[in-house]
Amino acid sequence: MSADAGAGDAAGSAAGSAAGSAAGLSKLVMPKWGLSMSEGRFIAWLVEEGAVVALGDGLAEVETDKIDGIVEATSAGTLLRRLAQPGETIPVGAPIAVIGPAAAAVADPAAVDAYAAELQASFVPADEADSGPRTEALTVDGRRIRYLRLGGAEGGEAGAVTGDGAEAPAGDGDTVVLLHGFGGDLGNWLFNQEPLAGGGRTVIALDLPGHGESSKDVGAGDLEALAGTVGAFLDGLGVARAHLVGHSLGGAVAARLAASRPGLVTSLALIAPVGFGEEIDGDYIDGFVAAESRRDLKPLLERLFADPELVTRRLVDDVLRMKRIDGVTEALAVIAAAVFPAGRQAGHVAAALAGTGIPVLVVWGTADRIVPVGQAQSAPAGARIELLEGAGHSPHMERAGEVNRLLGEFLTAGR
Amino acid sequence: MARKLSFLLAINEAMHQEMARDERVIILGEDIAGGAGGSAGNDEAWGGALGATQGLKTKYPHRVLDTPISESAFIGAAVGAAASGLRPIAELMFVDFMGVCFDQIFNQAAKFRYMFGGNAITPVVIRTMYGAGLRAASQHSQTLYPLFTHIPGLKVVVPSSPYDAKGLLITAVRDDDPVIFFEHKAMYELEGDVPEESYSIPFGEANIVREGGDVTVVAIGRMVQHALQAAETLAAEGIQIEIVDPRTTSPLDEETIYESVESTGRLVVVDEAHPRCSFASDVAALVAQNAFDALRAPIRMVTSPHSPVPFSPALEDVFVPSPERIAAAVRDVLGAKSGSRR
Repeated sequence: MSADAGAGDAAGSAAGSAAGSAAGLSKLVMPKWGLSMSEGRFIAWLVEEGAVVALGDGLAEVETDKIDGIVEATSAGTLLRRLAQPGETIPVGAPIAVIGPAAAAVADPAAVDAYAAELQASFVPADEADSGPRTEALTVDGRRIRYLRLGGAEGGEAGAVTGDGAEAPAGDGDTVVLLHGFGGDLGNWLFNQEPLAGGGRTVIALDLPGHGESSKDVGAGDLEALAGTVGAFLDGLGVARAHLVGHSLGGAVAARLAASRPGLVTSLALIAPVGFGEEIDGDYIDGFVAAESRRDLKPLLERLFADPELVTRRLVDDVLRMKRIDGVTEALAVIAAAVFPAGRQAGHVAAALAGTGIPVLVVWGTADRIVPVGQAQSAPAGARIELLEGAGHSPHMERAGEVNRLLGEFLTAGR
Repeated sequence: MARKLSFLLAINEAMHQEMARDERVIILGEDIAGGAGGSAGNDEAWGGALGATQGLKTKYPHRVLDTPISESAFIGAAVGAAASGLRPIAELMFVDFMGVCFDQIFNQAAKFRYMFGGNAITPVVIRTMYGAGLRAASQHSQTLYPLFTHIPGLKVVVPSSPYDAKGLLITAVRDDDPVIFFEHKAMYELEGDVPEESYSIPFGEANIVREGGDVTVVAIGRMVQHALQAAETLAAEGIQIEIVDPRTTSPLDEETIYESVESTGRLVVVDEAHPRCSFASDVAALVAQNAFDALRAPIRMVTSPHSPVPFSPALEDVFVPSPERIAAAVRDVLGAKSGSRR
């Protein structure tokens, strides 16, 4: 799920590439899922040596202290060498496999071994002090908005942070803005932001007002207020047009912004969005606002996924950390009262998109327990609807590979 | 999440933010302003024996009271101020000096709510240093939270990380009951992620510091750091310990301890205090009484010995529970078969 990079990886690629590129060999590395990941525990290989793999195929299972995920092929070819063993703890960016043409293994197996050995010998783990990108903040309308910007530099140097927040995004590619759901933060896109940031595309994830490390002042707390802040944020960054990707509440915010300022929005990708119907799991919303302990919160977070096992203690702790910050509970309560009064959804935003001509992609899990998948039928005419069989309310986390592929195709087509 | 802060500065930031939020918050203590003298002038030269109150006197000159060396007087003043509407934070340099102001704490602060029929509150926080390891001998090295845990009406906080220190101190200031806040003097340099914003961590909610299925290790304060070191050694042997940090000894999150013991069947309790009538013996007794059916091996306690903290460096080094002793106790409850999982 990682582009072929990760902070501190430069030494490895420089040393390995001379021998490897001639024979068409490339490496697969331990991906970095989210800001805090420095290593992953290797659980299992999903394919045998000698298997033919396509770009994006799931190759291995990796567990982090936050969440489990699937490592996907970052190049196509034959899986020539599996370097990682189940049970090993492996730093981000370290080589875990060699991929290349099948002929390479037959013609010169020693060269493949030498390439693998050199990769491993030359790998230098990232210096913890400056590993990876950092979040920035911009103040708009008196509200501090925290965001993380990836990509932008031509050549897809994933992890590169462009500029210091004062200047406009560098690179001549498109800008994609990721909007999380109710109670989430920019870290919810840990499996998506880096994969989407290749090829000169700039991908910005932000904390909505009331969430994460952004201002706890949510104003009226309704979709209009939230969308207004996101619009002002993009103006402040100097982003003239952007693709918006929104999950759940973030989907409704994106749609509202597209309806009110269509010139700002290139395309709209909505994942299990709010704003398409009335029904929603109101107990989840109320329970989330009220929850103070791990015991309260864990069963609620389990409703976000088709597989409740995905909710680790660390994930629960991270949400609790956010909820303990002064003003968060009050801010969430204001948003909940405005957007989900009496356990129903207040505003329909789907209809307002009809006349805008903005391309729309709707992605929904058929096992969504928070917002019923049937509401996908309310999508505006011409929208592309993708239903993911068996996925829950957070397909961008639990089925990241598929969602990234759908988003990648959609973003490329919708330019 | 990204910003690192030391344990000391996390405590400092909590006080700055609470003083800014609530003008009823005042600070009293010895040497919390002038102290050691220096170029910044008498008011800001030092900021407490180890610097926890840096910057507060300049910012709030009338709310930071540098007191004479009389614990009985300023703790009494803090309790009285709390009972009459302020929210004082008193810094009692070393917990070892509590002896001279026991009455103010045990008989007054802890009792007001009860003896006045629930009509009085006493929102005082007493911050104090505890623990061995600084070559400070018997009268400046003790771990005395069990004494305070024993007294109904007091809340007792023993943070193990910079994140917890800030969030728990903010909760302490906002709490309406007297809170004794223990800071291990060997932990002030410890760094960790600390949000810049104010946040509060509820009392009586344990933190699962590390998950593991083989043995539950309950540890508090600095012992959490030692348990984490033991966990690394044990993991290399294939043993996964679950570290439960109750964060507060009063109130105590018994449920999380029982849940963990129910999943592992084995318990080691680590406590820097002496072994008799201690945090360790309390947790061991509670588990023996309420979760006995889950136990598959005897409970082990890893504590300091029943002896004053020695001044001899060689002896002091073996006095405090070490990661090695914790690891040995874990292997012991697993049946002493190193490398086997069950």
